[in-house]
Amino acid sequence: MIEVNNLSKWFGPKQAVNQVSFAVQQGEVLGFLGPNGAGKSTTMRMITGFLPPSSGSVKVCGFDIVTHPIPAKAKIGYLPEAAPSYADMTVLAFLNFSAELRGLSGTAKKNAVRHAVELTFLDSVLGQDIETLSKGYKHRTCLAQSLIHDPEVLILDEPTDGLDPNQKHEVRQLIKRMGETKTIIFSTHILEEVEAVCDRAIIIDRGNIVANGTPAELKASAELAGSVLISLRKQDGADANAIAQKLAARPGVLRSEIILADGARLVLRALPDRKLQGSLSGPLAEWAVGEHLGLEDIRVEEGRLDDVFRALTVTDAASQQAKKQAHDDALIQQANQSQATQGARA
Amino acid sequence: MSAWSGVKTIAKRELAAYFDAPIAYVFIVIFLLLAGFFTFTFGAFFERGEASLVSFFSWHPWLYLFLVPAVGMRLWAEERRLGTMELLMTMPIAPWQAIVGKFLASWIFIGIALLLTFPVVITVNWLGNPDNGVIIAGYIGSLFMAGAYLAIASMTSALSRNQVVSFVLAVMICLALIMVGFNPVTSLMARWASPNFIEAIAAFSVMTHFDGVVKGVLEFKDVVYFASVIGFGLFTTGVIIRSQRA
Repeated sequence: MIEVNNLSKWFGPKQAVNQVSFAVQQGEVLGFLGPNGAGKSTTMRMITGFLPPSSGSVKVCGFDIVTHPIPAKAKIGYLPEAAPSYADMTVLAFLNFSAELRGLSGTAKKNAVRHAVELTFLDSVLGQDIETLSKGYKHRTCLAQSLIHDPEVLILDEPTDGLDPNQKHEVRQLIKRMGETKTIIFSTHILEEVEAVCDRAIIIDRGNIVANGTPAELKASAELAGSVLISLRKQDGADANAIAQKLAARPGVLRSEIILADGARLVLRALPDRKLQGSLSGPLAEWAVGEHLGLEDIRVEEGRLDDVFRALTVTDAASQQAKKQAHDDALIQQANQSQATQGARA
Repeated sequence: MSAWSGVKTIAKRELAAYFDAPIAYVFIVIFLLLAGFFTFTFGAFFERGEASLVSFFSWHPWLYLFLVPAVGMRLWAEERRLGTMELLMTMPIAPWQAIVGKFLASWIFIGIALLLTFPVVITVNWLGNPDNGVIIAGYIGSLFMAGAYLAIASMTSALSRNQVVSFVLAVMICLALIMVGFNPVTSLMARWASPNFIEAIAAFSVMTHFDGVVKGVLEFKDVVYFASVIGFGLFTTGVIIRSQRA
């Protein structure tokens, strides 16, 4: 449906997109992730035919966007980043105009406009000038425009930007529903959105694709994914360092870390040796019980998309260290909270 | 979708945008007031003692100099300011359809303003027996000249997202097109330039080509001149729009 081959874009001496290649099939929702200025919008603008590529090619439903722009553009519904629209038109006039440019007329136009309005909940503002609308409504007006001709391909640049949580939820549901039959690319920097909606995600940084996979695959590549967090009740005479060393010596454990050691408890993390397969949590739980270490809690960390995203898009080592510290602090806080609630219950 | 229906859709929206804003009515009123003022005072309509609209038409190159760029300045600058350029250029229409559609809308708008000067035709017919063929030729020629100015305004409008900048640029270019054939200027140039050179330069002037129109002679070469300025302006608009996307 969409084939992108070695797509590059230079703005003068600055390269915005570098040799990007990927394909999206029908019925697939592709999430486009990346920090600001990574080249997400530029790539989308090239796919929709707004910007000509410096090199490489884009095919939409078999039509090359450069050599056959009109049939290719007819297949695409596009929501640009800033969700632009004509401020002096009413919502209805704007949607009618978009439908006419898409070659719709008469009853077909009427039905198309009505359907798009229903999908985006615009009934109440149809007669209003667009400039008098709130940001959320303006955004949805432009979204309605992209859906009006029931396109096979949808390119949505930050479709949930500027919406309130309810509207965000609605738009995500809409994308998910439409993703069953259409080909969708959408960009976002909200990572939970990717997990909720996408079949596949691409992370782009400084014009390069740095990751391409399902959200589950990406999460599995997180540094801490699969590591085991063990909480032990503090026992008299127990030496935290000694326990940590013992833990590191267990089969399948690459190394261990002490996350928290205070008067009441000891929290350790065991990082798995990725070369070995199999679950780590079961054997470690048995070990902890067998050694009478006072096992309180044991759980496997899933790996978080945030971590993958940061690891891939932040190259500065110091700032990575800071991120990891923040992650651990959050864990400690969480542990303290659960301890507090347990105490309260007792 | 046929090529024409794309042009029509664009033109329809653009024309509606003109009349949606109060500025359209302000423009028409100013145009009519100034046209009347120039005709009856500076143009000495009555003192001439002849039944013609020479005093009406001969001011049009100057009248249009400010009013037409004011109409054309929003054509593309507004699209760029609103960011709707990105929508328009990703619609399944060719850029030329948008360029022509927008140009036609603004041309029709000027045409409507021009038609509303009909009382001057009634007046001159009531006072005497003018040659109405000459008057119709004058109107057609005037409309063509407005089109030429508009195509230039379309071009400068594509250059900047700031409407004021595009207005000033259009006025400057149109003024240059007037000046190179304006008698006081050409006679000044005659002191140092050869007559052939002056004639060659003056051939590019709207004045040279509008002179005949005022006198009621709408020659084919004048129509070709205005049509080629329109063609050049719109073609350049396309080039500018394309270069901005690259």
